Amino acid sequence: MKHVIRAILLISAMASGMTAFATLPARALVEIDVNKGNVEPLPIAITDFLSGDGIGAEIAGIVAADLKRSGLFAPIDKAAFIEKISNPDVAPRFEDWKVINAQALVTGRVSQEADGRLKAEFRLWDTFAGQQLAGEQFFANKANSRRIAHIIADAIYERLTGEKGYFDTRVVFIDETGAKTARKKRLAIMDQDGANVRYLSDGRAMAMTPRFSPTRQEITYMSYESGQPQVYLLQIETGQRELVGNFPGMTFAPRFSPDGQKVIMSLLRDDGNSNIFSMDLRSRTTTRLTNSSAIDTSPSYSPDGSKVVFTSDRGGQPQIYVMGADGSGQTRVSFGGGSYSTPVWSPRGDLIAFTKQSGGQFQIGVMKTDGSGERILSTGFQQEGPTWAPNGRVVMFFRDAPGGGGPKLYSVDLTGRNEQAIPTQGFASDPAWSPLLD
Amino acid sequence: MRRIAKFATNPVVVALVASLAIAGCASKKSPNSAADLGLGGAGAATPGSSQDFTVNVGDRIFFDTDSSSVRADAQGILARQAQWLNKYSQYAVVVEGHADERGTREYNLALGARRAAAARDYLISQGVSAKRLKTISYGKERPVAVCDDISCWSQNRRAVTTLSGAGS
Repeated sequence: MKHVIRAILLISAMASGMTAFATLPARALVEIDVNKGNVEPLPIAITDFLSGDGIGAEIAGIVAADLKRSGLFAPIDKAAFIEKISNPDVAPRFEDWKVINAQALVTGRVSQEADGRLKAEFRLWDTFAGQQLAGEQFFANKANSRRIAHIIADAIYERLTGEKGYFDTRVVFIDETGAKTARKKRLAIMDQDGANVRYLSDGRAMAMTPRFSPTRQEITYMSYESGQPQVYLLQIETGQRELVGNFPGMTFAPRFSPDGQKVIMSLLRDDGNSNIFSMDLRSRTTTRLTNSSAIDTSPSYSPDGSKVVFTSDRGGQPQIYVMGADGSGQTRVSFGGGSYSTPVWSPRGDLIAFTKQSGGQFQIGVMKTDGSGERILSTGFQQEGPTWAPNGRVVMFFRDAPGGGGPKLYSVDLTGRNEQAIPTQGFASDPAWSPLLD
Repeated sequence: MRRIAKFATNPVVVALVASLAIAGCASKKSPNSAADLGLGGAGAATPGSSQDFTVNVGDRIFFDTDSSSVRADAQGILARQAQWLNKYSQYAVVVEGHADERGTREYNLALGARRAAAARDYLISQGVSAKRLKTISYGKERPVAVCDDISCWSQNRRAVTTLSGAGS
């Protein structure tokens, strides 16, 4: 389902007598080094897109907010701008932008097509090289204007960093209302910046741990609606729900396989312990992956589908283990002191994000897939449940501050320096990031 | 809370309620049943009623951090529960397992389930028919005491035996 149509913007640039620079070799103005302590954000000028109404300024504002929250860019205050862009098809006066130290400049235009669709064009300029770095145009329904802005922000991010962006994405989460002793927990979905919140369940039954399908507009989650906690599938667009499997006991902690064809989850045994199973959604066959007299839960596939990382307390306290996707070779990988849980494999395959409990604190961190190179990104009184942005550079999690009354969502980049609160109306937990939309 | 109101004339209970208030915990239930506090007496509870079970037998046991072992003090309560359930065999039973908030959500669901199973198994060992017993885990999602220290967490690490009406 394509909501936004995309085209490279070359023709108008050539028509106006300028050189088309789209064939220039990519040069990253921003280097993403997750090991570097202090990344100096790149000063960037994002001008209001030309439009007959306020939508041009609105789109520029969304682009600027996305780029700013990434921590890699510092949008310059519009009051400092010298040149007023009146025709985005011609080269800007680079001197006017260099003098306010804008390393990069974004210009654009929003107009309405005869059929009512929006057309948004943008150009990205390297002011010091005096070159156009990117130019594209997009067509979409008016209702998707925020998505156009996120797509433009992704294009700028990708051109300037050399890495895929993550702004045209959504987050499914649990909206929490009411007293802690009787809290209502319902499924909700929003854009990654907190806009366009929609509720996917009514809250009559407690719902938890939603996870996005990597391939479809679908989530898997756990709900108490049958009385017993069970894993379900939900089609986001149609609202159609389906129980996953027909198990006698509690099923929980679901996640999709990278191809979207399996759900991996925990199943409660009669002795009170929990083992990990996978279920093929087409054939409905289930495969037992662990068989221990311990709690085995929170399974997460590696992006190539060959391995599974999970939590087990078979050694006495919760720790992180890795096994083959068939259950073979179960090996503990967390040895950092304290207990570890909620492991999630990075979409890049290189890291595992986790929750660590140590010294009365909860930490969000990442480690290499063999457990080495542990890096703590955030420490707090109560926080848990990391989820990866699709480019593997940012994680989102939830935190309950002491006396705060309830959890809120936060994101942090892999340097740990750039932590951002995600705006939600009420309390929110269990975020799960979608793949990039298409 | 009707039962707290009912015992409020008893100075022991008044002192207990006051000390809970000082601890700053918004507790819905006192940490132990009236029977544990040595108050004795069934009050007005009809023998064999669910109120009788909650007040005079004690409907819940508590666990140590990250443990599902039935403690010695809990064994006595479960033995009394089993005795009562064997006498009043019309009830079906759901054992709820709960965890405190000092763990992650999915792990605590599993931990609550293991606690419920431990309590259930103890009741079975005391002669309660397995057919009458079901379990459910609420993980850390249904605390009874809300504060940021162990005075609440220790009340939330629990298994609660609930009567679900006439059994089969």
